[in-house]
Amino acid sequence: MTVITKQPVSPIAHLTPEDVEQIGIELDAIRQDVLDDRGERDARYIRRLVTVQRRLELGSRAVLLGSALPPLWVLGTVGLSVAKILENMEIGHNVMHGQWDWMRDPKIHSTTWEWDNASTADGWKHAHNEVHHTYTNIVGKDNDLGYGIMRVDEDQRWHPMYLAQPLWNFINACFFEYGIAAYDLELGRNLRVPKEKRSEKFRSDLRKTLGKIRKQATKDYVVNPALALPFGGFLPTLAANFTANLVRNVWSHSVIMCGHFPEGVETFERKSIPDDETRGQWYLRQMLGSANISGSKAMHLMTGNLSHQIEHHLFPDLPSNRYAEVAPRVQALFEKYELNYHSAPLPQQVYSAWHRVVRLSLPNGWLATTDRTNVVEQTKLLWAMSTKGARVRRAAQARLEQVARRKAAASAG
Amino acid sequence: MTSFATPRAASSGRSRLGDRLRRVAEAAVTPLELDDVLDVFSPLRRGAELRGKVVAVVPETAESATVVIKPGRDWAGHVPGQYVRIGVDVDGVRLWRTYSLTHGPRPDRCISLTVKAIPGGVVSGHLVHRLRVGEMVQLAQAEGEFTLPQPLPGKLLLVTAGSGITPVIGMLRNLFSRRVPAPTDIVLVHVNVTEDSAIFRDELRGFAADGLITLVERYDDRDGLLDVADLPTLVPDLDERLAYACGPAGLLDALEAHHAERGLALTTERFRPTVLGEVGEGGTVAFASGPTVEADGATPILDAAEQAGVLMPSGCRMGICMGCVLPLTEGAVRDLRNGAVTVAVPGETGPGGVPIQTCISAAAGACHLDH
Repeated sequence: MTVITKQPVSPIAHLTPEDVEQIGIELDAIRQDVLDDRGERDARYIRRLVTVQRRLELGSRAVLLGSALPPLWVLGTVGLSVAKILENMEIGHNVMHGQWDWMRDPKIHSTTWEWDNASTADGWKHAHNEVHHTYTNIVGKDNDLGYGIMRVDEDQRWHPMYLAQPLWNFINACFFEYGIAAYDLELGRNLRVPKEKRSEKFRSDLRKTLGKIRKQATKDYVVNPALALPFGGFLPTLAANFTANLVRNVWSHSVIMCGHFPEGVETFERKSIPDDETRGQWYLRQMLGSANISGSKAMHLMTGNLSHQIEHHLFPDLPSNRYAEVAPRVQALFEKYELNYHSAPLPQQVYSAWHRVVRLSLPNGWLATTDRTNVVEQTKLLWAMSTKGARVRRAAQARLEQVARRKAAASAG
Repeated sequence: MTSFATPRAASSGRSRLGDRLRRVAEAAVTPLELDDVLDVFSPLRRGAELRGKVVAVVPETAESATVVIKPGRDWAGHVPGQYVRIGVDVDGVRLWRTYSLTHGPRPDRCISLTVKAIPGGVVSGHLVHRLRVGEMVQLAQAEGEFTLPQPLPGKLLLVTAGSGITPVIGMLRNLFSRRVPAPTDIVLVHVNVTEDSAIFRDELRGFAADGLITLVERYDDRDGLLDVADLPTLVPDLDERLAYACGPAGLLDALEAHHAERGLALTTERFRPTVLGEVGEGGTVAFASGPTVEADGATPILDAAEQAGVLMPSGCRMGICMGCVLPLTEGAVRDLRNGAVTVAVPGETGPGGVPIQTCISAAAGACHLDH
């Protein structure tokens, strides 16, 4: 996507400043309705979910003691995968957002929760709650846009290293929890700083993260396999834990990609965001910068209700079980103000997000100007852009964009 | 080969093994703690956070009920007259209150508290009308100095008003459940608004009928408000009696003045701190962990912060136990009981700030708390 201010027709051109403020007022009203009604039913939901998750995880780990038997391995691995996904998505992510702080239960509170993930709760709360949710989809400020390692927007300058980003994205998906941990630490930026000049905060965060990773790995790859040792299940249990982590990583990566990466989700220019962004403007940015996944109740649960990414970004601290309830009202608001409520089934959103990753791994306009007849020339051009330095790259880029524009004009005419 | 391990060595060996097993279990369930896992199966076990399970809710009057709770294994017991802090989830929100224990130690190890639903009382209304058997509540260990001396004096005067009877009924039940009743001459002056709303009325009359106590019943609607000056008329041998009183602040203040004037000892129990009528200015309370809370000058910082979802340490909620103390690093707070203002100035009041009790302190301007 191109940042919203550079598009030929802005999707918000038809809104007056009064409209934007009115949207804010109406969304605040929806939020207030939930706050007024929030109570015992919600508390029951999260407590039950936490109990079910813990029983499922313990049960699965118990089954895995016998994982030398293939059927038990499958059963335990599936159970553990589901348990880890529930813990990270519907419980951990949402508890750390403070969605349940109103219960005043120290056991289910954003300040005390630690999740089953390589990244520390503190690191996550800073990078995710503070940075990403505040500066959602602002190019250059929201590091979730490509996690600082990928090009997910036309306005990020293309460089040959991005050719490999589909591969990186796949690797990142498999080891997503470590990717998140590195991302929360801003590892890339910090490692570029000479060792002696790194901040005390970074060094202390790094220590904490390494400690967390060690404990997580000890649990999954040493202690639990060792418990299965008397039943001949060390290696199968180790494999089961690895598989469950892999499944959780790929699943959460896919769901999160669907939240902001699908084609059609808007991004924003840093300088177009006023310092005194109003509540209405902030809401509007969240509305345009998120995409939903449509599907069954079970799907919503397994995505931690991030399938209601739009509602989540509008109301990050409302209990997640309420997103489905407010979704029809939110969607009606989108329709009233003629905005695009971006929602599609999971496979479609995953495809769309991956399509964007692949498309943007290539220079702007390259994919659009390539067809069966010119694939050889285009490949040569790409080779030149990748190997012959910045000047060639700039010239070729200008040419590509010109051809793409002409082609678009022709097809429009 | 025979082993001659001493019992002591064996037990320390066992506990070392226990520690080691526990460490392995902790490593197997991280980032959870082992207790989080055990809580799923056995929330009342030894070593768990102190909780209790409601085993009965018995109506006393239309607006009061006795709640019988089976406490966790770590319940350390109590002395009649003491109170307990109890945390109840009301409409999903955990709220803590303090109630007197209305039984002495019971053979079934359960504890009981009797609650009067006060108008607009969120927790008391919930406990009396909506609490269900089987529900879990959070508990703290029993506390309180309002207990009878040992050995008992020959003559006692107990003055109670309204729900002020609750610690006293615990004392009486305990005394009279003993195989050998205590040889103490007890006079109970019990004040209530009406006869119908008097908790434990029939039980007290029963004690009186059995000759265990001398009961003086006073009902405001029938007899008018009790004037402490009438006390010597109601209790002729007043000066010979060791006095205990529990009830609303007005009565206790008057009694304290009355007894002080006569040079008599009096032990009182207050359910709420006496707060000043005047309201301070309030302000924004900022916490070191991030959140900021707008608090008015009449609301304790503890309440304001909890309403905003901040997890606060808390205790008696009446300025006694120091369980809620946090360092004030900057700004000013007002003590709601006496209006005293505490000020912290960075650089002047020490790096750790000034410890304040959040349960009886209201913001007096913007302030920063290290929490």
